[in-house]
Amino acid sequence: MNGLLKDYEVGDFFDEMFSAPGKVRPHYELLAQRLGEMADGELERKCLLAEKSYLSQGITFTVYSGDEGTERIFPFDLIPRIIPAKEWAHVERGLVQRLTALNLFLHDIYHDQRILKEKIIPEEIVFSAKHFRPELIGFDVPKNIYIHICGTDLIRDREGVYSVLEDNGRCPSGVSYVLENRQAMKRVFPKLFNKYPVRPVDRYAQDLLAALRHVAPHDNPDPTVVVLSPGVFNSAYFEHSFLARSMGIEIVTGNDLLVKDARVFMKTTRGLKQVDVIYRRIDDDFIDPTVFRKDSVLGVPGIIEAYRKGNVNLANAVGTGVADDKVTYYYVPRMIKFYLGEEPILPNIETYLTSDESDQKYVLENLENLVVKAANESGGYGMLIGPHATKAEIEKFRAAILEDPRGYVAQPVINLSRSPSFCDGHAEGRHIDLRPYIISGEKTSIIPGGLTRVALRKGSLVVNSSQGGGSKDTWVLDDDDQTSDDEGQSQSQSRIENRESKISPC
Amino acid sequence: MLSRVADSCFWLSRYIERAETNARILDVNMQLILDFEDQAPHLVQRHWQPVLATLEDQELYNELYTEVTPDAVLEFVTFEKKNPHAIVTSIANARENARTVREQISSEMWEQLNRTHLYLRDGRGRADFTDSPIDFYRRLVDQLHAFQGTTDATMLHGDGWDFLQLGKYLERADSTSRVLDIKYHILLPSGEKVGGNADITQWMAVLRSCSGMEAYLKTFVGQVTGWQVAEFLTLHDEFPRSIRFCVDQLDGALHRISDCDRGHFSNEAERLCGSLRSTLDYTTIGAVFQSGLHQFLDQTQLSLIQIADAITQTYCQWKDE
Repeated sequence: MNGLLKDYEVGDFFDEMFSAPGKVRPHYELLAQRLGEMADGELERKCLLAEKSYLSQGITFTVYSGDEGTERIFPFDLIPRIIPAKEWAHVERGLVQRLTALNLFLHDIYHDQRILKEKIIPEEIVFSAKHFRPELIGFDVPKNIYIHICGTDLIRDREGVYSVLEDNGRCPSGVSYVLENRQAMKRVFPKLFNKYPVRPVDRYAQDLLAALRHVAPHDNPDPTVVVLSPGVFNSAYFEHSFLARSMGIEIVTGNDLLVKDARVFMKTTRGLKQVDVIYRRIDDDFIDPTVFRKDSVLGVPGIIEAYRKGNVNLANAVGTGVADDKVTYYYVPRMIKFYLGEEPILPNIETYLTSDESDQKYVLENLENLVVKAANESGGYGMLIGPHATKAEIEKFRAAILEDPRGYVAQPVINLSRSPSFCDGHAEGRHIDLRPYIISGEKTSIIPGGLTRVALRKGSLVVNSSQGGGSKDTWVLDDDDQTSDDEGQSQSQSRIENRESKISPC
Repeated sequence: MLSRVADSCFWLSRYIERAETNARILDVNMQLILDFEDQAPHLVQRHWQPVLATLEDQELYNELYTEVTPDAVLEFVTFEKKNPHAIVTSIANARENARTVREQISSEMWEQLNRTHLYLRDGRGRADFTDSPIDFYRRLVDQLHAFQGTTDATMLHGDGWDFLQLGKYLERADSTSRVLDIKYHILLPSGEKVGGNADITQWMAVLRSCSGMEAYLKTFVGQVTGWQVAEFLTLHDEFPRSIRFCVDQLDGALHRISDCDRGHFSNEAERLCGSLRSTLDYTTIGAVFQSGLHQFLDQTQLSLIQIADAITQTYCQWKDE
């Protein structure tokens, strides 16, 4: 190996690019070759170019400190992650299966509660879940779809097995970065896209809009669909407006809507206009001050009444949080068996419930070796990584677990797979995960790949952007043969070299 | 379109126009003063005072600075973040409004505006300013013109575009009336007569502040006179910065939004605007001077404020029910 990958340390991890020191996996060969050929400083320049383009497009989030906000870009690593077609097909099957089960589960617990009656899941687990909404029991959501958009976090362990780390079934964010990262990569690496049959991601917005229209109340064939955002000060506002723009629909805030006769209207320059489907990026807690949190100023008073009367639909449905509770997570493999009669295609991570007596004992004895997570937090908050924690932090979690055993789960520390990432002028292994976005509409569709998040801090296992994480473009290949089969590869290479001589270098 | 979005489009456009006007006023005033033979501080100062008066920021200025110097005025109007009308503030406000309506405006518009904002924020603008303030203001005005061109070429010419037009022409009519009013605040040096050299130089500066020198020369042959400059900037029907032209555009945009025929009105904004328009259509510059140019401009500014309020009430405000 030369150039950027010279002296690359594979380490004691599953490495996405290398199967052993110096030995590149077949689907990464062309990329490794291109990286090896790069002149000194070339990737650095490309990085700056990409950063500049993010900044000028305003693809930023705002960090507030002092009297004015600073806009930051979400760090972007230019070395892509590549997933072969066969591997992706497996992941895709697993995700479709999982989402099917989760939607059936939500329908069940808000109706007959068979899964509780048959004691597959202890009922107190569901009833005590913070985001379980008894107000919605007996309510039928259009087309029985609850989680219209799910971001399920996947990781690969030391053997490279894809497992599910958690499901995000409320308001998963990040998909705009998938689409923008791809645009940035095309700008800085146009030639690589000629070499790899990368599946496009740009259908996402159209698929999302189709799914939202599909679940319109009363089977309205021409519904008015809007994105509901907390507003411009929300750190994900860029994404909200990006999605609205990509779908060609309005983005609204709570103040733009009002409820009259159990119908939702937006305030326009031509009077009130009825809204049928709301892709809401506001959590249940804040969506209706007359039903949930009274102090919410982001929501729309009366919207839940309109929802229950079937005059407006919300995506995701109200009450999906019970499905992405980290204790519920533990039972998802059992749900899959119960509802579908199938074995889970994608396994869970081994998980200990601190509400279970023997698990709790084990957890408390091994806190320094485990990851402890609050059942209802997300974004990397409320988390203890035992081996990296101080004595005081460990004791704080011990007390918290004893105080609220239902509020936590524990998992062994998983050494997430690593991928070469550009750090200080050369490539170093950094831990990554993967968040594919699954849309449930008339059919289930999954964006090829998703957001690969990378823990840019050396040795860190936390990929969340709030904790120093960045992202990478994720390439799902359309056809493995073109890159893995030796003969096919050299053919396609010579074809591309011909083409390259005609275009200016990237 | 959403009322909130209409409001943001309106203001986005006003801020852009305001920044452009300020940049041009500063540019022209600097050049005007460079032409003075006598560069005595009190003379120079006397030419910056009216700029502050026109922008109606005198009070804040006095809080921040002890005396009127060219550098301080330039700093105050260009970069001073505490000044709500400073160029950097206007651009930042325009961008913040644009950010809330990004799904309405085109990406090209957003990126053009964002680039200008970043240019002013990241030190490049300041560096250019230090090298040559005049070049800096020109560059800035160019960027803002590029924004207008991008808007015309890439955005749907529907309601959103019309609300941008409302903001633009309302602010522009107001700006022109203020620039013209500068002349009212400038005293002629002692010994100079109305119609003398200094007087004409000042009227030419007023024209330049409205990018109107060349267009004026195409319209009026011969000597530049105050009378004709005032007529050109208030009543000309083709010059894109004359008050009459702006009010006519404003009236057109209002009627496109409401689908009401021109010459009729369906809301208060249209009624007020139509009334102002007919005054401008049927008055003469003789009548204007007879009642006093300053009074006339004051009255026009008042009407524009009323129209802006009426637009907000008609389209952008919802009483809670």
